[in-house]
This record gives sequence, structure tokens and C-alpha cells, in this order.
Amino acid sequence: MSAAAVRFVEVLRHYGDVRAVDGVSLEIADGEFFSMLGPSGSGKTTCLRMLAGFERPTAGRVELHGRDVTDLPPYERDVNTVFQDYALFPHLTVAENVAYGLTIKKVARPEIRRRVDEALDLVRLPGYGARKPGQLSGGQRQRVALARAQINRPRVLVLDEPLGALDLKLRQQMQTELKGIQRQVGITFLFVTHDQEEALAMSDRLAVFNQGRIEQVGTPAEVYERPRTVFVAGFVGTTNLLLGALAERLTGTAGPAAIRPERIRMLAPDAVPGADEAGAAGLIREAVYLGMHTRYSVELDGGGELGVVAQNLDLDAADAASAHGRRVQLAWERSAVRPLVG
Amino acid sequence: MRRRVATFLFRHPRWSLALLLGPPLLWLGIVYLGALGALLVQSFFHIDEFTGQVVKSFSLRTYAQLFSPANLDIFRRTTVMAFAVTIAAALVAFPLAYYMARYARGRVRSLLYLGVILPLWSSYIVRVYSWKLILAKEGILSWMFSAVGLGWVLESILSVPGVGGPSLSFSALGRFLVFLYIWLPYMILPIQAALERVPKSLLEASADLGAPPGKTFRKVTLPLALPGVIAGSIFTFSLTLGDFIIPGTIGDSSLFIGQAVLRHQGTAGNVPLAAAMTVVPMLIMAGYLTWARRLGAFDAL
Repeated sequence: MSAAAVRFVEVLRHYGDVRAVDGVSLEIADGEFFSMLGPSGSGKTTCLRMLAGFERPTAGRVELHGRDVTDLPPYERDVNTVFQDYALFPHLTVAENVAYGLTIKKVARPEIRRRVDEALDLVRLPGYGARKPGQLSGGQRQRVALARAQINRPRVLVLDEPLGALDLKLRQQMQTELKGIQRQVGITFLFVTHDQEEALAMSDRLAVFNQGRIEQVGTPAEVYERPRTVFVAGFVGTTNLLLGALAERLTGTAGPAAIRPERIRMLAPDAVPGADEAGAAGLIREAVYLGMHTRYSVELDGGGELGVVAQNLDLDAADAASAHGRRVQLAWERSAVRPLVG
Repeated sequence: MRRRVATFLFRHPRWSLALLLGPPLLWLGIVYLGALGALLVQSFFHIDEFTGQVVKSFSLRTYAQLFSPANLDIFRRTTVMAFAVTIAAALVAFPLAYYMARYARGRVRSLLYLGVILPLWSSYIVRVYSWKLILAKEGILSWMFSAVGLGWVLESILSVPGVGGPSLSFSALGRFLVFLYIWLPYMILPIQAALERVPKSLLEASADLGAPPGKTFRKVTLPLALPGVIAGSIFTFSLTLGDFIIPGTIGDSSLFIGQAVLRHQGTAGNVPLAAAMTVVPMLIMAGYLTWARRLGAFDAL
């Protein structure tokens, strides 16, 4: 087993009193599509910048394929970056931008031309070489930035919220493309985002950041299905957080726990939950029809509220509208309730 | 009533544009371009050698006079000085502007700004005269040189023909120093503004793609700062070409274009020749800008 592509060992980064990164240890395997997910200011971008070499850790170590690179400047690291603002050189053409890394390395001209063409094909912008970045749309610039970053064939490619500036449709399209390109070139991708859907959709594994620390690392399914902490449960997807008295009543334990709204079944008021199931009765306070599904808010008889999402298999907008004020019995599998850490 | 005017202008944006741009365009058209046109017309008149009267008919006689050895000498002297001042100003200004744009923060930054702009608050003639005192034979500069035992260095510099003279205040070198001092802010500020507009991420991207700092500077910083350098050089170059106060105060009796123009339209009463002479710096500037454009100085604009 070869060394991990990327290793953070007890990395700290403090700015005065601000602990931007507060003890992060992490291993990313070779060829993995790994995401760092977290709200802004959670330390994920600082981690990325320490990996690329723009910042130095206050303490700790950063390793690339087993080699300690903590003190290496960016130009001596086998990492390339797709910047959030793309950072395309405005005075150079698209082809010159893409060729930049090769020009620095003094690669022979015919070889540069060939690889630039290849790279532009890869990001589906053939024939755009002669344009200036100013003449491109946001999505096109994003592709050029990607082509430029991967042309040196780095062993790790880091992407800093690369899709943040794109509109929804384009973003979804680029998600699929990025994933495809990653499979094609086989480089380790380290993807930073605050968009949990994006992280879930694209990653092999992801790390959830909060206040300079990692709350949980796992596959998208693990993180979604078995959130470890209250923060993860709340940040990744929507969830019903069960605390204090409500938790006591529904689960029998006081500790914080979570249940996803789609895991709760809504039954007729006189129905009885199954053998492995727990349940509660309540009143529908709100029903929001969302096309594919309907989102209910149910006020429980003993106090407290649960969100429930039901697919609209045989229900239409009129049913949803009339649901308001109806009594229901809720039921869920006991295993769907996940205990959480503070 | 006011509301109706506002509504009218809102519905007819062309009208509000015309109202906004009309006065300045009129001013520019009549006063500015008009004066320039009058100048151009005058330059094609000539002086009748017997009567000393201006003959108001088209001829190239005045322009022919520009090619007299004395006049060519003036043009050469002025242009060489303008180039020297521009290059030196760019070399001195760049590091300072770079520091101001990239590194200086807070108080240091404000102090530097103030330091650059403050001299512009005082009269430029006063500053030129104060330099005359600094550069004089009994002035502080030569005193400092001899105080540290380097008087001979100054002597040997002043003995270089074409550059030196009896003292710094009567030498071409003195003129150069004062020009450099007076125009320096006009070079610093545009370069600083250009550098300020270069996002930090571009420099990071260059480093990220394998370029050490020196290469990043040459391939990214410098090309993106070039429009600022060119803008600054347009100031320093054209201001030096047209100035008559500095060469009239500092240096020997050799003339610059500005002084010659002043003399011809004033004491000599030869307005056509003065007009023709002002056309020369305009042509030189036009040539300079064309050259800068060829160089790609405006590509990044």
C-alpha cells in the first residue's frame, strides 16, 4: 500500500487569536475525489491553501505522497489549483493561459501545442485557444482554469469552490463533467465547497469542517445516513434534531439524536406503527407542495415538531393543501434515529 | 414641474446624456481643440523678413526653419532629456509603487501616499528654486559631498562634457535631477494604480503553475503593470518636452523646446515659428504612443 496522496498531520493555522485551522489530521488516498465541506470560515479553504503552499501551517505537517512539503513554496509542489475566481491571466490568450505551466517548465513548443489542444479538448473548448479570457463566459473560464491546472499533470488537483459563481443548471452540468474528467485523468481531486449537495453528488469521500476542525470524514452515504455530530446532521441535508425532553420521549435517551424527514412515514391517525418502529401522533401544521415531494410540519401531541417529507406518488397539490390541520400518526424505524455527539 | 422634467429625462435618456455631455464637449471643442486648430493654422504662416509682419498665407517656410542646426539641437536636447527622465522615473517609481500596492498597509500606506502627493501641494516654481539652492556650488549637496570626503567624485562627474558644468545647478545633470524629482509622483501613482488592480490570485496562480517569484514578476506582474508605466511615462515624457521653467532655472543657457517657444512668441514676436515648434513635441508624442502601442502596452487595458 503506497503512502496517501495527501496527509495533514495535526495541522494548525492561527492568525493572531483566530484559529482558522485548529488541529486537522486527514488522509486522502491516491486517485480519490475528496471534498472538504463546511460553511465559510470553517477552515477548509485555509487547508487547501496550505496544501497548495500559499500559507504555512502554524504547527503540524503537510505531506504529499509521503514527502513532507510543509516548507516548500507553491512552485516546488506537485499540486495545481483551480481558483475560486479562476485567476486567468487577462493579458494572455486562452492557449497561453493553458500553456503557462508548460512554458515555465520550458517544454518544447510542438509538445506544448499538442498538449494545449488536448487539454482544450478535455474541457470541451476546442478552437478557443486564440481568445482572451475576457471574451469567455463564466462557465468557459471555469473550464479554461481547469485545463490550465491539470496540464502539468499534477498528482493532486485542488479546486477552491470552482462552481460557486455558476448558475444552477451550469453547475450541475459541470459537476458531472468534473467527475468525468477526474475519472479520465485519474488525478487525486481535492474539492472545496460549502454546497452540501455538490459534495454529496461528486465525492468519493468528504470531510465536514466546522470552526477549524473536522467533524466527520466518510463517504457521502455514511455522512448523510450516520452523521456523527449535531453540526454534521444539521449541515448536511435537512434533519429533525431531537434534543432534551423531545429526545427523551421519542427515543428514551436524553442525548442529541437526529432523524431525516424522509425516514418518517405518515399514517392514518388510527394506524399502529410496526414492530421495529417507534411513533408519535400529531397534527399537520403546514404542508408545502414541492412538485416531486411535499414537506410537512407536524406538531406532536406531547409538544415539539417534526418535519416529514413524503414523495408525491399518488398525491396532488390539492391534497397537500387540504392536509393542513389533519391528524396523523407518524412512524419510523428505530434504527433511523441516529444518536449524535454534542 | 421639476417632477415632469425628471420624468421627461427618465423617458428620454438621450436628452439627459446630451445635457450632461453638452457643456464639457462644447468647452473641449471650442476652447481646447479650437486653440489647437488656431495654433496649427498659425504654424503655416510666416514672418516677412523686411517688415517683421506675419504674412497670413499658407507656406511651409516656417517649418523649413525648424531644420536649422540650432533648432535641431534644441529638439535633440529636449527629447534626450525627456527619455532619460522617463526611464529614470520608471526605474525609481516602480519599486516604490510595487511596495505601496503589494505590501504597505495601514499607517505606512497612508504615509507613503502623503509623501508622494504632498509635494504637489506646493508651487512647483518654489520647489524648482529650492532645488537651485540645493544644487548650487555652495549648496547642501556639494557641502555633503566634501564633508564625507567625496568632493572629488562630484568634481569628476561635473567635468564630464555634456552632463556636467561649473556646478550641479548649472549642469544638464542638475536639470535631470530636478525633472526627475518634479515628475516622479506622476509616474508613481499610475504604476501603483495598475499594480493595485492585479489580483493576488494571479500571482498565486503563477506560483502554483511552477513559476518562481522572478518569473512571476516578468510574466504576470510586469505585463499587467505596463499600462501604468506607459500612462506615467506619457506624463513624464510630455511634461519634460513642454517644460520651460526647469531648464530656464537650472542648467546652462542651452534652450529646451518650451523656452524656445516662449522666446519666439514673446520677445521675438515670431508667433508662426513658436506655433511650428509646439507641433514638434506633439509629433514626438504621437510617435511615442504609436511605439508604445506596437509594444503591446495597451493590450491589457
